[in-house]
Amino acid sequence: MWLSRPFNERSTRLFLLILVLAVTLVTILHLALPPENPLYVSGYTVGLLGKYLCYALLAVAVDLVWGYLGILSLGHGAFFALGGYAMGMYLMRQIGDRGTYGDPVLPDFMVFLNWESLPWYWHGFDMAWFAFLMVLLAPGALALVFGYLAFRSRVTGVYLSIITQAMTFALMLAFFRNEMGFGGNNGLTDFYDILGFDLRSGATRLGLFIASGVALALGYVLCRAIVASKLGRVCVASRDAEARTRFLGYRVERVQLFVFVVSAMLAGVAGALYVPQVGIINPSEFEPLFSIEIVVWVALGGRATLYGAVIGAILVNYAKTVFTGVMPDAWLFALGGLFVVSTVLLPKGIAGVLAYRRKQRNESDTTEVPA
Amino acid sequence: MNLWQSMARRDRVFEFLAPAISPVDVRHGPILYMEDVTVSFDGFRAIDNLNLTIDDGELRCIIGPNGAGKTTMMDIITGKTRPDTGDVWFGSRHDLLTMNEPEIASLGIGRKFQKPTVFEALTVFENLELAMTADKRVIPTLTARLTGDVRDRIEEVLTMIQLADQQAQPAGILSHGQKQWLEIGMLLMQRPRLLLVDEPVAGMTEQEMERTAELLTSLAGKQSVVVVEHDMGFVRSIARTVTVLHQGSVLAEGSMDQVQSDPRVIEVYLGESEEAA
Repeated sequence: MWLSRPFNERSTRLFLLILVLAVTLVTILHLALPPENPLYVSGYTVGLLGKYLCYALLAVAVDLVWGYLGILSLGHGAFFALGGYAMGMYLMRQIGDRGTYGDPVLPDFMVFLNWESLPWYWHGFDMAWFAFLMVLLAPGALALVFGYLAFRSRVTGVYLSIITQAMTFALMLAFFRNEMGFGGNNGLTDFYDILGFDLRSGATRLGLFIASGVALALGYVLCRAIVASKLGRVCVASRDAEARTRFLGYRVERVQLFVFVVSAMLAGVAGALYVPQVGIINPSEFEPLFSIEIVVWVALGGRATLYGAVIGAILVNYAKTVFTGVMPDAWLFALGGLFVVSTVLLPKGIAGVLAYRRKQRNESDTTEVPA
Repeated sequence: MNLWQSMARRDRVFEFLAPAISPVDVRHGPILYMEDVTVSFDGFRAIDNLNLTIDDGELRCIIGPNGAGKTTMMDIITGKTRPDTGDVWFGSRHDLLTMNEPEIASLGIGRKFQKPTVFEALTVFENLELAMTADKRVIPTLTARLTGDVRDRIEEVLTMIQLADQQAQPAGILSHGQKQWLEIGMLLMQRPRLLLVDEPVAGMTEQEMERTAELLTSLAGKQSVVVVEHDMGFVRSIARTVTVLHQGSVLAEGSMDQVQSDPRVIEVYLGESEEAA
């Protein structure tokens, strides 16, 4: 079975082990320790870590298309945001009549805009299964249409990057408009509960954190399964010599489309788990800058390794949390600096350094054995 | 026989359902048959009344000065260029002039280009695996498993191209000669009936040339091989029959010694090159 293939890999088992240990440790430290203990993990930190895990899943999705397929997407934030909006719409409908205006059906911003009834595309989002399906289908459909047009016309390289950037920018402008019916520049916020659990309670936050960990694990295994399959080798082949791959009889544009859609869906799941943890989704998630930031995480962590993307996403976001607390204005400079440093000094990212050190250690081991 | 009759026949399966073995019919003679082929580009006759037959299992060398039409000839066989007049048949059943490039390739004509293009990030083994004849749609490729048959075939080819020891290494670190062999191996994975090889030893060392000669002669018999080459020493070491092209048509054909003693050949080609040397 192709999906079980990653479990035979040492690196995947090690990754999953570390992830499970980290999530368990945080859960125990949060639940078992009294708040005055120095090792206690606060509810705020749990939420923050859950956010990092969502970013890590997003980075894995970007690494799948960039690292293995050679498609530098500067618009993956759009898929993340679409998944987030699908979740946000569900959470809005869960508010019911508890909103400021007390309308049982219409969200507050619609009442404020004097809308009479729910727009057609808001129907069904009161049902969790429908909303969760949309978390996958909305980004997937956008990726399908966009990818079909782009890959069929053999748009690649820089041009594709620019178009993905334009795509997310256009969506940002569209979602800023009140007439779109997604809350304009305020976005969707003031959520109450998810699946009947109070979003403000510590237990729900912890649950969302664990769910993010599970989603990251599953997403990682799925990506690894694709990468370790023959299809993954076709991806690498088309990344390095597209014409030659076509010549062997592979329909490169279909391979690209398939992987691109899978990646967009994973990004959507990451966005959907992100929204209830930060409590808001607004058009700023569509900002091109955010999509570029994701690429920096992957570049810093190391392309085409998947675990590198996870390391990069968590490290950079941790640095961002620290940095924006100390010197908020300098963060963008620091990010730019990080990107320059990683391209010049760590062309293969942190994962590259890890692999190099492992190789060196192995070599010194083998040279020591005969002596 | 019209379409309906052929579909009603119950003694055979439909062609599109039949297993993908090359259906080329060589019972009545040559595997490749070119007659009176002419191609002009803007009035320049690149191929001029070319007649050429290749027998099944033969190893044939094609030589000729620059501009003699060697590459154009290969382009015609693989469907890349359409001739203005003439016939090109693969076996006695397939008119290559009615087919496009992928159809011709799937019929069992493999072509190796001058510059080797292998997938450098993948291992030698994986390069061969991707080249294997298989269902190449997305989902079957995703769920494809490395069966014993596939592994056996890859190992067979690895032995043939003498890269068994390098099978786990990335193709990027192979030498130029090894890359050429790997590329020939990738063609062999598709079990071609006719191999067209364009300048296989360009840029190779003496040793590599010897091994390439061994490889190509070992392939002949099981499949037909057509080699276009400039290096006379190499041609002498492998060829049984040599065809000399000049200005788009066949100038001489025969064994290397016959060809070399032909005064017309000496005049247009060999003489010049010996003077230069």
